[in-house]
Amino acid sequence: MADRIELLFRNESGRVLATLIRLLGDFELAEDAMQDAFAAALVQWPGEGIPANPRAWLVNVGRHKAIDRLRRHMRFLAKRELIEADLMSDQRTGEWFPEDSAADSVLQDDVLRLIFTCCHPALPEEAQIALTLRTICGLTTTEIAKAFLVTEKTMAQRLVRAKAKIRDAGIPYQVPSRELIASRVDGVLAVIYLIFTEGYAATSGPNLIRGELCREAIRLCRLLIDVMPDRAEANALLALMLLTDARRDARTNPDGDAILLESQDRSRWDREQIAEGLGRVEAALHSLVRPNTYAVQAAIAALHMQAPRYEDTDWVQIAALYEVLMRIHPSAVIELNHAVAVSMVDGPERALRLVDSIGKRGELNGYHMLAAVRGDLLRRLGRIDEAAAAYRLALAGVGLEPERRFLTARLEELS
Amino acid sequence: MQYLLLIYENEANRTGVDRSKMMEEYGKFTKGIIETGNFKAGDALQPTSTATTVRVKDGKPMTTHGPFAETREALMGYYLIEAKDLDQALGIAAKVPSAKIGAIEVRPIMVYN
Repeated sequence: MADRIELLFRNESGRVLATLIRLLGDFELAEDAMQDAFAAALVQWPGEGIPANPRAWLVNVGRHKAIDRLRRHMRFLAKRELIEADLMSDQRTGEWFPEDSAADSVLQDDVLRLIFTCCHPALPEEAQIALTLRTICGLTTTEIAKAFLVTEKTMAQRLVRAKAKIRDAGIPYQVPSRELIASRVDGVLAVIYLIFTEGYAATSGPNLIRGELCREAIRLCRLLIDVMPDRAEANALLALMLLTDARRDARTNPDGDAILLESQDRSRWDREQIAEGLGRVEAALHSLVRPNTYAVQAAIAALHMQAPRYEDTDWVQIAALYEVLMRIHPSAVIELNHAVAVSMVDGPERALRLVDSIGKRGELNGYHMLAAVRGDLLRRLGRIDEAAAAYRLALAGVGLEPERRFLTARLEELS
Repeated sequence: MQYLLLIYENEANRTGVDRSKMMEEYGKFTKGIIETGNFKAGDALQPTSTATTVRVKDGKPMTTHGPFAETREALMGYYLIEAKDLDQALGIAAKVPSAKIGAIEVRPIMVYN
């Protein structure tokens, strides 16, 4: 029972909070009210059973608890009267929250409004991420602090400042107007993808929560698609995340060391997730007028996942997709990935020329992957001494311990 | 809510800007926000070469010539507007003609209860 309630809180907190914020017009009051409602549920539900519509129950109890709180605290006098009048008028017609399916669409709108508030471009990116995880995903401040490797105090301050700005700068709690919505949806997707990559990039360390960030990002994206089903970009992002995350178990050995794509045990890839990802990327590519970066990246991931063995990978198509990606979103890192694909099509010599021309421009100075890729190409060309020098250079710039072990192993293989 | 739109431009680099066309655009913009009821106040400022800065140190006023901060982009004017929320204020700020050549800082006005 306790587990079921715990899971239910986790899944419902974003929606319940979103509705309470709309009803109360105040972030902090809504958070307190929701905590009160959860506390009440923990007392009542084990004895009386979980209500038929727990979400509605939590919203209604939260609303009553908020009225209690407002009565206790006499501050914000003018606001209090306004909100009370509002809440009381609802009460005349019985419970505000109709416990039927018609209410679901109201709730979804609330969640959507809250997502756009949390990801408002007037907030710093790190605050957008923190606020989204806190309010929509229901992670605790401690959990978010751990995931982003900052102290709890720092994270708490970040959240307080963000909420203060929402209040004081008048950041609206609404779905943006037609002319703004495209750019704002892009902003929301960027936040979701940042949450995902933060969870995915670091596969080491004792913080299992980092893997959980990937699941939260996927959940968020599903939520967004639920409320805005016609957004192909969102579908493309979901596909990209599903396909990338499907490799999670195969990406590391029990010591947490990275396993390269070429050496991964493909039977450990999550087939169900791959199937869903493939379907979604195809649908997204069909409905997008112009390819966007998520869709092209998802298509690249899809080609990898469709190859039964590494040798079967369709590198010609992958190299071509990287060229598309470079046109949409010019970046030296994408060029480097393109060079790797080219090495599989035209051989390491041509790829090395591409890598060296990227290196000459200097944008990736200090990025260890540039040296690591270079080392690998030189190794395949049999230029062992130069390869060793490149691996040593890569080792000097590497940050994560598992990657260091990987590069060290490569270097040892050479001698 | 009320917001102050602070208009920043690079004073040193005003060649290539058609001032009379700009003034015309400002005229249109101001008329527009008066009609929609968003306009509260607005002025252009003389260049920073006309600025004087005053500080009081140990009870004595200290006067220095020039602006408070020597920055590339200087405060050149402002609008005080009434807007429903930040999104509306940002929408109005984006239409300030100088937004194309400079930057508009949007600051909510402090409300004392």
